[in-house]
Amino acid sequence: MTDPSAGEIVQFDNVGLRYGTDREVLSDVSFTLFPGSFYFLTGASGAGKTSLLKLLYLAQRPSRGMIRMFGTDAITMPRQQLPLLRRRLGVVFQDFRLVPHLSAFDNVALPLRVAGVAERDLEKPVADMLEWVRLGERMHALPAQLSGGEQQRVAIARAVIGRPEMLIADEPTGNVDPDMAIKLLRLFEALNRMGTTVVVATHDVHLLKKVPDSLIMRLDKGRLSDPTGALRYPPRPHGGFGSRG
Amino acid sequence: MALKFPSFGSAGSAPELMPQGRLAGPMPWVIAIMVALTVIAAAAGLALSNTARNAADALSGGVTVQVVEANPVERNRQAEAAAKALRVTPGVTTAEIVPQEEVERLIEPWLGARVGDGQIPVPALVDVRMREAVTGETLGALRRQVRQVAPAARVDAQSSWLKPVFGAIDSLQWLALALVALLGMALAAAVLLAVRTSLGTNRETIEIVHLLGGTDAQIARVFQRAVGFDAAGGGAVGLALGLVVVLFLGQRFGGLEAGLVQSGALGWIDWVLLALVPIAGLVLAMLTARITVLRALRKML
Repeated sequence: MTDPSAGEIVQFDNVGLRYGTDREVLSDVSFTLFPGSFYFLTGASGAGKTSLLKLLYLAQRPSRGMIRMFGTDAITMPRQQLPLLRRRLGVVFQDFRLVPHLSAFDNVALPLRVAGVAERDLEKPVADMLEWVRLGERMHALPAQLSGGEQQRVAIARAVIGRPEMLIADEPTGNVDPDMAIKLLRLFEALNRMGTTVVVATHDVHLLKKVPDSLIMRLDKGRLSDPTGALRYPPRPHGGFGSRG
Repeated sequence: MALKFPSFGSAGSAPELMPQGRLAGPMPWVIAIMVALTVIAAAAGLALSNTARNAADALSGGVTVQVVEANPVERNRQAEAAAKALRVTPGVTTAEIVPQEEVERLIEPWLGARVGDGQIPVPALVDVRMREAVTGETLGALRRQVRQVAPAARVDAQSSWLKPVFGAIDSLQWLALALVALLGMALAAAVLLAVRTSLGTNRETIEIVHLLGGTDAQIARVFQRAVGFDAAGGGAVGLALGLVVVLFLGQRFGGLEAGLVQSGALGWIDWVLLALVPIAGLVLAMLTARITVLRALRKML
């Protein structure tokens, strides 16, 4: 199922998603994401941002349409192969989804342990990462002992610790102070410069201006608005991103 | 059930995924009871098997000649003649007249002390040992030979007396085997229920591990290991409990000083088999946990 010639990291073609028998929360969504790009996903509350992200981080299968990730058909692929695709992603969940019984250190170490990294090799990077998000002194605290902002920083540290090929963040700056929000954006940009594709869902329009080279995807009532066609699928023959934020 | 992430990393310092101490839940104690009962049932089955085998070995070459004659002088004469004729018969190793006092002592519990006063005629017995197991053909030949010198004699293979006993022992052995199988099934069912409950309780954590790239096999290994610890602890306790009961019962039955019962004593191979019961329980519990988790995870994305 892998297509080595594909330059796109993600392709959505005519994707629709409905939960049960309700109306579609996403309709006719088609776009492409290119390696090393920085995307903002915006839209009003209830527009379908989180649903779209769930499809992106492979927590949900669409009701219809085609999704290819890293050149692989993500819909028809056997579920045993999903973990390998997921390990190429870093995800910051809107509700953080930290394991409540694990310390901040162990939550951040979890993706490395899942990937089979030896204990002696993960201690320093995890400690450094926690230091970087200013939680070095709180590394042994349980999530319940951390504030909302601290939990969010742990979630971000966990998402980036494995140097993912694509980082997906759902409202990552929602609970942090403006200084930390800027710092986190700079981290995302740094990862992006090292080749990581970044997708950040946010309703904060001020954030969009802080990353001038980013591309913007707008969702409105489950439909993707892409007036310039920069994200359209199949992509234009000459590529080129028209709607830089 | 305490869940840990041991096999994801190489060192043993990975954290507990669930905050529960070892032997905290009912699982180890359920396993301990199951293992103890299995050890007792298996010991009973093995003892019965030993009894049947030893009795069959002892009786397979034995023949009893009874001389049923009211006149004591004629009875003794026919018994002497039968023993003499048998001693020169090919295939016979020994033919000994059982002393009259011994015969009276054996039947005294049923007929009372008046047996010895001569008022109740007691048959004379000749205990015959053959070189090989007695067949219908050899028994027929012995009968013909004995009747020539002792017309009041009845010749029987000793093994035929215990046929109903062997039948009963056989049934009890099957019962013990069925009990062991049922206890194994009950153990698997208990593990299955515990694992399903644990899966429900930890569903959120499992989803997170899945989304971080954890495989079904990795998650199953976490449960397998937790169940393995419970089964190892419970199995050790169960084995100790079961052995105490088996030793106690062995001592009580040994006190009966009955040949048939004492022939059921457990040999070293039997003790080794009993020691393997908790290991079999451990393997069964871990296998059940693994299959249960993998089947449940197949329903998740």
